[in-house]
Amino acid sequence: MSEIVLEARGIVKRYGHVTAVNGADFDLRAGEVLAVIGDNGAGKSSLIKVLSGDVVADAGEVLLDGKQVHFRSPADAQAAGIETVYQDLAMAPALDIATNLFLGREIRRSGPLGSVFRMLDVKEMRRRSREQMDALGITTLQSITQSVDSLSGGQRQTVAVARAAAFGRRVVIMDEPTAALGVRESKGVLDLIRRIRDTGIPVVLISHDMPAVFEVADRIHIHRLGKRATVVKPGDHEMNEVVGIMTGALPPPAIAAAAS
Amino acid sequence: MADTVKTAGPGGDVVLRESAGTRAATIVDHVFRNPVLGPLAALIVASIAFSLFTDNFLSVDNLSLILQQSVVVGTLALGQTLIILTGGIDLANGAIMVLGTLVIARLAAGSTGQVPALLVGLLVCAALGAVSGLIVSRLGLPPFIVTLGLLTILQAASRLYTKETVLVDDGPLTVLSKGGYFLGQFQITAGVVVVVLSVVVLHYALARTAWGRHVYAVGNNDLAAKRTGIDVRRVLLSVYVLAGVFYALAALQAFGRSPATSPNAFPTANLDTITAVVIGGTSLFGGRGTVLGSYLGALIVLVLQSGLTQAGIDPLYQNIVTGVLVIAAVALDTVTRKRAR
Repeated sequence: MSEIVLEARGIVKRYGHVTAVNGADFDLRAGEVLAVIGDNGAGKSSLIKVLSGDVVADAGEVLLDGKQVHFRSPADAQAAGIETVYQDLAMAPALDIATNLFLGREIRRSGPLGSVFRMLDVKEMRRRSREQMDALGITTLQSITQSVDSLSGGQRQTVAVARAAAFGRRVVIMDEPTAALGVRESKGVLDLIRRIRDTGIPVVLISHDMPAVFEVADRIHIHRLGKRATVVKPGDHEMNEVVGIMTGALPPPAIAAAAS
Repeated sequence: MADTVKTAGPGGDVVLRESAGTRAATIVDHVFRNPVLGPLAALIVASIAFSLFTDNFLSVDNLSLILQQSVVVGTLALGQTLIILTGGIDLANGAIMVLGTLVIARLAAGSTGQVPALLVGLLVCAALGAVSGLIVSRLGLPPFIVTLGLLTILQAASRLYTKETVLVDDGPLTVLSKGGYFLGQFQITAGVVVVVLSVVVLHYALARTAWGRHVYAVGNNDLAAKRTGIDVRRVLLSVYVLAGVFYALAALQAFGRSPATSPNAFPTANLDTITAVVIGGTSLFGGRGTVLGSYLGALIVLVLQSGLTQAGIDPLYQNIVTGVLVIAAVALDTVTRKRAR
């Protein structure tokens, strides 16, 4: 069994007197794509936000590589190597692709131009952006200097995923990456997810898109009523069984072991 | 492979980056969205038209005068641009500057030296910027309301502080009125040099530093900025404080234009700067625009006033033309934004 990279134990998150997450566990193992599914209101988004530092849990602990971590903001999680692709993509549309890739992590020129005049190394950021696109086999973007608002939905998703892959040293989390996309664009994003996993970075995929989940996930974390109901492998169950477990129509089976 | 359906420009389905077609598309992209080109063209067209239809517009005296008239509103407009780029607006900028001039003039008239008085004025303006910035960034109140409140407070505070016209003596405070003649009779004052330098420095900071990109990102999509790890509240505060510093510089520019100041000075500076910023191509929705455009916008308003005056047209029509220009500029911005979607 491969080692656990990101783990959560007994996470509780309340909003006022609504308990969104009620003692949820979570584990993500090295080299896998873990899908997280659950009905609307099951609390999967809140759980993921705890892992990405977007909200702070009321109780429970998060461990990265076996060590406890305390994320107070997305910046904390990013510093620990956890990158999240949000559903609304978190991009500045008027700025170009390279600028968006390096937003908040700009590279400055070396020497006094950088240290005294704070001058950005635009060339280097563009060069590395192209490198990153090539490394992920992304060929659908014409120019790295195009502004993001000139891109299609699928292309924007590609940029957001490339950014997460570039900086996510330990984990990449994706929230509904195919929700707004057509069939062909979705397929492109699923290919990207596999490529990221193949570079050795485990991916958490939150999705309602069952065919996509079954196509790309190594394991499926099923969330129900604020807790992890179980974890299954796509090969062991039919899609309708998994939906049955998710909605409570079927009893959850025991948690499946990860592939070795 | 993901799709290549919605590719822009003549590149079509070509997927090679940096191909010739792509480069052409990028240039078109630049021309269309480079926000300085519009105001620059407007300024040139207006100048050519007025030099054809009037005798004096193109005279060195007149052009020099227009430049000198631009320094106060031009400098205030730089601070206004910063705030509008973050999606805000500052209705109090003129009032902050006027209070700054009063504090400086009264201290300098007392036993305080002119330079220490100027430093106190700088602190007052920066602190008032910080007040707006803290309320906007920490409490999340709308900048329109915060600065409207501050405007009302400062107008009253200025009149409580002094009701008279205060004069400053010739000295460091009037240094920006000094000048020399270049290219024959063309007079350039220190104030004009300083406003141009201000534009260049701020343009550099916005275009070539990480801070500048964060300002645009916050105005574009503040949630996205936060999620990429940018400290949005700190960026907002820095913008309002820096705007306050530029308002203090505008106070010094005002002394370069006239050694007298009173609580009633520059009553429409806030609206004049918004006009300049909008005509200069900066989006009121934030995230798009340049300080160079805003300065050009300030010049356009002055060129129109000067040219129409010399063409013998009633000043009231000048205001109508300015108003039409503002609405046209905002319409253009809205069309650009829709196209960009």
